[in-house]
Amino acid sequence: MLLEGILITIVGAATPIVLAAIGELVVERSGVLNLGVEGMMIMGAVVGFGVSLTTGNPYLGVVAGAFAGVGMALLFGFFTIYLASNQVATGLALTLLGLGLAGLIGESFVGTPGIKLEPITIPLLSTIPFIGPALFDRDILVYASFVIVAGVSYGLFKTRAGLILRATGENAEAAHALGRDVRRIRMAAVAFGGLCAGLGGAYLSLVLTAQWTEGMSAGRGWIALAIVVFATWLPWRALAGAYLFGGVIILQLHAQAFGIRIPPQAMTMLPYLATIIALVILSRNHALMRRNTPAALGRAFVPDR
Amino acid sequence: MKTSLKTLASSIVALGAAAGITLGAVGFAQADDPVKAAFVYVGPVSDHGWSYAHDQARLALEEELGAEVETTFLESVPEGADAVRAFERLARTGHDIIFATSFGYMESVQEVSERFPDVKFEHATGYLSGDNFANYNGHFYEGRYVLGKIAGMETETNTIGYIASYAIPEVISGINAFMLGAQSVNPDVEVKIIWVNTWYDPPREGEAANALVDQGADILVQHTDSTAQLQVAQERGVRGFGNDSDMGAFAPEAQLTAIVNNWTPYYVERVSAIAEGTWETGSAMGSMENGMVQMAPFANMSDETKAVAEETMAGIIAGDIHPFAGPIFNQEGELIVADGEVAPLDMILSMNFYIQGIDDAYPN
Repeated sequence: MLLEGILITIVGAATPIVLAAIGELVVERSGVLNLGVEGMMIMGAVVGFGVSLTTGNPYLGVVAGAFAGVGMALLFGFFTIYLASNQVATGLALTLLGLGLAGLIGESFVGTPGIKLEPITIPLLSTIPFIGPALFDRDILVYASFVIVAGVSYGLFKTRAGLILRATGENAEAAHALGRDVRRIRMAAVAFGGLCAGLGGAYLSLVLTAQWTEGMSAGRGWIALAIVVFATWLPWRALAGAYLFGGVIILQLHAQAFGIRIPPQAMTMLPYLATIIALVILSRNHALMRRNTPAALGRAFVPDR
Repeated sequence: MKTSLKTLASSIVALGAAAGITLGAVGFAQADDPVKAAFVYVGPVSDHGWSYAHDQARLALEEELGAEVETTFLESVPEGADAVRAFERLARTGHDIIFATSFGYMESVQEVSERFPDVKFEHATGYLSGDNFANYNGHFYEGRYVLGKIAGMETETNTIGYIASYAIPEVISGINAFMLGAQSVNPDVEVKIIWVNTWYDPPREGEAANALVDQGADILVQHTDSTAQLQVAQERGVRGFGNDSDMGAFAPEAQLTAIVNNWTPYYVERVSAIAEGTWETGSAMGSMENGMVQMAPFANMSDETKAVAEETMAGIIAGDIHPFAGPIFNQEGELIVADGEVAPLDMILSMNFYIQGIDDAYPN
């Protein structure tokens, strides 16, 4: 019972980070660094919540949250890709804009209980002991997170489109010389990143806590960004990193409830520390690191003709 | 990255404060100018908890005093250097009185108050004061004692889950008062405590609540500011208490009651004192008796429990019941408060030990 409960909450804690991280991974693979994940997430949370509340349908909320993320991402893409503005500064601005704008939009939703996204039980699989209830009796976003990670992993490394996307991130000039529309490819990647971040945000306000409160993303967008880097831009590793992070968060809460005597400050630090250590160990393979780091990451591309 | 974002965010807060203040400082002091009161909150006003309760009081203050007062507020101001900047800005821009509403602002308020002797500073829940620096607090432990009685009677698993923020005296005395109340009606009651090290992170508070329920808690108590744990309580079919404001709307089947902070009378009194020129420094203590500590309607509990809760409240108001009445032992079994005595107020306000029966390491 306890173990099942722990697994269920770990999946809950990890899912928004998985979603945001996998989106950002694709963005960075195309050579764009979008530090606005937190801002896109919080917009997904507020818009998802608002739409689900006004329409009474949380699925519309999920869709709207995703679109809110895309909207924010397109704004970022317009500035960084078409106007070649500094990606770091624009990304930070996007986060600040998102946090402020979400607070403004959400003002009237404060103090209103929301509608929770109900789980969809998968017959048979959900009866597997321990992992059944944690993985197969969940809402659509948990399933989506796995499908998206699998899809991205396949798409990036097994398809022609993925190859082109990665080429854009490695050497935009070369991709351009080969006749690829670098800006359009990057714009699509950025939009996908926004979509995923928006879904991650919607998860916060529609599943994890069915309410809207200002600043409820509470730094999860930044965690997602860090996980992408430490996962050396590999999709399944990003998923593992997010689960490790979520797992340590939940386990330290349980350890405290069991009365294990570790200072609570250290407990709070633990998930960050464990994630960093694990992923640093993973990324110590320099050849792998060099092979996977998008060489053109963060560099604006302006076609000369 | 996170730090740089925070710095950026706070400089924007400070900039905003600066802009707001320049506007306000145009008209210079005249005899019948309104009192300019500023409020600084640690969380967003929309937290529906601590900062929300202060802001409700600010709005009530405006309502009550009308043209006599002009208020400004800054929300989500981090404790530390950012708070110093915020107070400085407010002091420099013609505010007569500044209410700093979080324990962690204490040193910052002291520092700034020494540099601006003409501005009055009011700090909530601390213990320092100065000539132009008063502090105020509520005996919220009185409310927690009532929560303890209710929890002790209503729990079936004899396991209470307690979500705590930071190990400061206010929170420690709250845990102790709660347990004294619970033990007085149920000697077998146990408490599991999770320190989340934040006042406000709804998803994290929700995760902590889930962990406690998974470990067998059937009543949840919080000393954090969001409504997340009550929502989890409702979902998981257990019950809990709201904090700082009535959170019943979020969990109509789960909220037993809530401690409701009513700061309005104090704010009205202090701002009026400025207008009349009678403001003096001091340490004000709100209580159940003078209405600062209130309780949301008792719900989702047996009539018997409700009667005990009401009796306890009445007893505290009448002065017949004191939550920290002896004999009280600490975890080591040493007698701290003798039979027939009550804990002195300064012990309660600087409490740094757990009472006997709390099976948890004291956080250091």
